Amino acid sequence: MSQEHNMRRVTAIRNGTVIDHIPSGQGMKVLEMLGVQSSTTVPVSMVMNVPSQKMGTKDIIKVEDRELNQDELNRLALVAPEAHVAIIRAYSVAEKLTINLGEEVVNVARCTFSNCITTNPREPLPHRLKVRGTEPLDLRCHYCGRPQDLDDLVHNLL
Amino acid sequence: MTGLITMDDLTNEAILEVLDDAERLLPVARGDTYLPLLQGKILGNLFFEPSTRTRMSFETAMKRLGGDVVNLGDVKTSSVVKGETLYDTIQMVDGYTDIIAMRHPRQGAAQYAQDSARVPVLNGGDGAGHHPTQTMLDLFTIRQAHGSLEGLKVVLAGDLRYGRTVHSLSHALTRFGCELVLASPNLLRMPREIVEDLTAHGATVTETEDLLGSIDEADVVYMTRIQKERFADEDEYTKVAGAYKLHANNLEGAKASMIIMHPLPRVDEIHPSVDSTRHARYFEQAFNGVVARMALLCRLLGVSVPTDVPQGGEA
Repeated sequence: MSQEHNMRRVTAIRNGTVIDHIPSGQGMKVLEMLGVQSSTTVPVSMVMNVPSQKMGTKDIIKVEDRELNQDELNRLALVAPEAHVAIIRAYSVAEKLTINLGEEVVNVARCTFSNCITTNPREPLPHRLKVRGTEPLDLRCHYCGRPQDLDDLVHNLL
Repeated sequence: MTGLITMDDLTNEAILEVLDDAERLLPVARGDTYLPLLQGKILGNLFFEPSTRTRMSFETAMKRLGGDVVNLGDVKTSSVVKGETLYDTIQMVDGYTDIIAMRHPRQGAAQYAQDSARVPVLNGGDGAGHHPTQTMLDLFTIRQAHGSLEGLKVVLAGDLRYGRTVHSLSHALTRFGCELVLASPNLLRMPREIVEDLTAHGATVTETEDLLGSIDEADVVYMTRIQKERFADEDEYTKVAGAYKLHANNLEGAKASMIIMHPLPRVDEIHPSVDSTRHARYFEQAFNGVVARMALLCRLLGVSVPTDVPQGGEA
């Protein structure tokens, strides 16, 4: 099934953001991360488990009248590190955003290690994950130094 | 000011400088020379979980150098039991002291304390994480015996999974080109991420369950205690722990220069018959905790150790 066919599963948007190449099953998590809930008033479309040459299957999200900023994009990287994000203006791709995590991801997710000092919710600390590598994504807790399991980390998003 | 949270906070050059300082401070640590380099300075000892050697040796180190110590005391009677956060405790002690030594059951607590404090923090053990001052005294003991840290073959034995001393030590040894043999029961193997880190840095690492077969080629055998509570049933513990006990008879084929170390306390993994052999170094190792911590306290407080410390009397 062609890429074009996938994109046509939902109608083209006039203005907004298209997030493509989300790993299958993570689309809901992406919506949650972006704060898209039942009370959201802008039109949102999502297709799940569509064929992808590169990924086997994937999810795609289109959010109308909202442009994702770099900070939101970096959060997205924890769930969908290979996602492609395009900003749409007047039905055309106006901008393609690339994920740039920098050296540290702050206050996006809590360390997955159960005995880390960060598990005490009363400690007034910033949650800091150091980026050791991006392909594949390798994150270590600033405090305990433990490598983060990305499958677990999506459950610890702040 | 930066403290010592993991061994990554010290370059190889800095490690050797601290070991040289420690060497010069030996007569002060023994009480043969009085050298009040840290007079007027106060160490805050924050031990949130039990410690004998680390806490006492920090205290001894500070006092031998003319400094003073304030203690958190028993956690059960401190403000911690009232629900005080670590952040608040650190803010308080930061105001009272010039340097902090801390042990905490949570991993990462020492880094958090350092991030929150104005004064340097010395990590005295955080959960199953790091214990760099133990590593420094271990390196001191090894260099004292072999004259150098370069290219030695070191067997780390026992509980390599939960033992924080071997985690810090393994990283430090491979930075000096040591070859590591990791001898442990399968259940207590070194965590994968540590072995991967070591090999990614070019270290030669061998994993085995056979401690006794690894002794003859070793320059250092570093024993650790296998704790009964790590095993589901006592029979399994008895079977496994038996293979990680050293008796003087096991050392007949060892190199004359081989040393046996242990962070202590030992239970029965080193038989008392080993104590009188030329290989036993664990009690000297415990004493070296004082001298290594003296050198670290001086360095982190910005105090230089004189190159000509007298061997006795007033300096």
